[in-house]
Amino acid sequence: MATQHSRSAARLMMAPAVILLLGWMLVPLMMTLWFSFRKYLPLRGGDQGFVGFDNFVRFITSSAFWPSVQTTLVIVGGVLLITIVLGVLLAILLDQPMWGQGVVRILVIAPFFVMPTVSALVWKNMFMDPVNGLFAHLWKAFGAEPIVWLSDASLFSIILIVSWQWLPFATLILLTAIQSLDSEQLEAAEMDGAPVFSRFVYIVLPHLSRAITIVILIQTIFLLSVFAEIFVTTGGAFGTRTLTYLIYQRVLESQNVGLGSAGGVYAIILANIVAAFLMRIVGKNLDA
Amino acid sequence: MARAVTNRRKSVNTILAWIVGLVIFFPILWTILTSFKTEAQAISSPPVFLFFDWTLENYGVVQERSDYMRFLWNSVIIAGGSTLIGVIIAVPAAWSMAFVPSRRTKDILLWMLSTKMLPAVGVLYPIYLMFIRLGLLDTRTGLVIVVMLINLPIIVWMLYTYFREIPVDILEAARMDGASLKEEILHVLTPMAVPGIASTLLLNFILAWNEAFWTLNLTAAKAAPLTAFIASYSSPEGLFFAKLSAASTMAIAPILILGWFSQKQLVRGLTFGAVK
Repeated sequence: MATQHSRSAARLMMAPAVILLLGWMLVPLMMTLWFSFRKYLPLRGGDQGFVGFDNFVRFITSSAFWPSVQTTLVIVGGVLLITIVLGVLLAILLDQPMWGQGVVRILVIAPFFVMPTVSALVWKNMFMDPVNGLFAHLWKAFGAEPIVWLSDASLFSIILIVSWQWLPFATLILLTAIQSLDSEQLEAAEMDGAPVFSRFVYIVLPHLSRAITIVILIQTIFLLSVFAEIFVTTGGAFGTRTLTYLIYQRVLESQNVGLGSAGGVYAIILANIVAAFLMRIVGKNLDA
Repeated sequence: MARAVTNRRKSVNTILAWIVGLVIFFPILWTILTSFKTEAQAISSPPVFLFFDWTLENYGVVQERSDYMRFLWNSVIIAGGSTLIGVIIAVPAAWSMAFVPSRRTKDILLWMLSTKMLPAVGVLYPIYLMFIRLGLLDTRTGLVIVVMLINLPIIVWMLYTYFREIPVDILEAARMDGASLKEEILHVLTPMAVPGIASTLLLNFILAWNEAFWTLNLTAAKAAPLTAFIASYSSPEGLFFAKLSAASTMAIAPILILGWFSQKQLVRGLTFGAVK
């Protein structure tokens, strides 16, 4: 089929993309690895030589490490839980016949297109501000004391903001999956007298399991590196310092490059574990 | 036989879906509304929804004080430039993988995807350092390169899934008729590939526009796009809700409109073809 000629042409056409990505991946990765084994303080003495696994040990044993892992897990887990549960319900709702379906779809998807800094600042000020925010007005209307969201319920607030941004993504993918569900199967089950709940558990959920897995994996990869939402709301204070944010602070704020790079290596390993699962699913799909 | 849906059930669905849709959309709606209020009305208690004195004043103030157009222009250059260059590099790669696949094509595709999974913060300092050495810090050129590279895997993937749907028979027929590689690409492939390329451009423009890790960390004043401009509102002075809303509305309006066109491609693009 493909001739030798077209094969080498194909290789040539692939080359720019492959070489660029290879460089983009390898060069910074090697540098991060290199720095992670060195004591490197750009503003305080520069590169002070090889220190073995010192940075790796110090990063893990620092008092900020485990809380940051916990924060990361709570944010990722919280957002996943909210977006998947609400996403499934929303997808089922949007799949029903109704008037103005197209418009509702647009309304639901819209938050995904809002840039992270805008959504974080809008939520922070116009909703969560303890004096002038809408939530404060709402609380006062019911005679309750307004909550200082971003310091007293900081993690919950961040989870709420990030969930709002990612709910459209989960909904859209689950809706696409639900639309491929064979409606005859559901109708047959209904005729046989299967109640709504068991139709959902035995037919809809199994059908959605693959889409749910994909949503979990893709969102996890993006959620592990949530940054702007924390940067403009709490700046990592009030227990919202995730692993990503901790590394950012080590590298750019306190300019401890060796320590930050060791953290970076941990983050890369963590992301790769998640990515490996995702790749397996995507790879299987390629064969189909 | 398809079951007839009763009008009552349809009405219930409609009402429920509209309520949920409006709740989800509300923060955006509220931002747009607030951008037309005066600062005093923006924080009035109880809040006013529609019955206020509509004003365009905030939009003027935002432009005047912060030179909004410069940030907008930076966003356009960074998102547009990175997407365009990315597509130019990705089209030949995706084309060859879709039409002249080899044993390694699948591995290359998956490997490209894996570069996307690399957490940005893990390579923050190396990139930062390279940017300083190469004089790229706070330049649009530097950001075009970085944003292009982080989106390149998605661009290749999207194009690949579109190209794979083009029937190979047509290409073979063209080859039989003696079409050269160049003619094959220009006259046979291009017309069929344009819709896919357009969708890819659209979605990746949106992703680039909203990119908020590298744009925040690698810019200061000169090359800052809208993401960084909006972030500068995080330390407010005095009354600023209405102005924040005006700036936000201007930053998201173009993308909201583009986004509505791209909602179908969104699923394919972001799941790497795993959900269609």
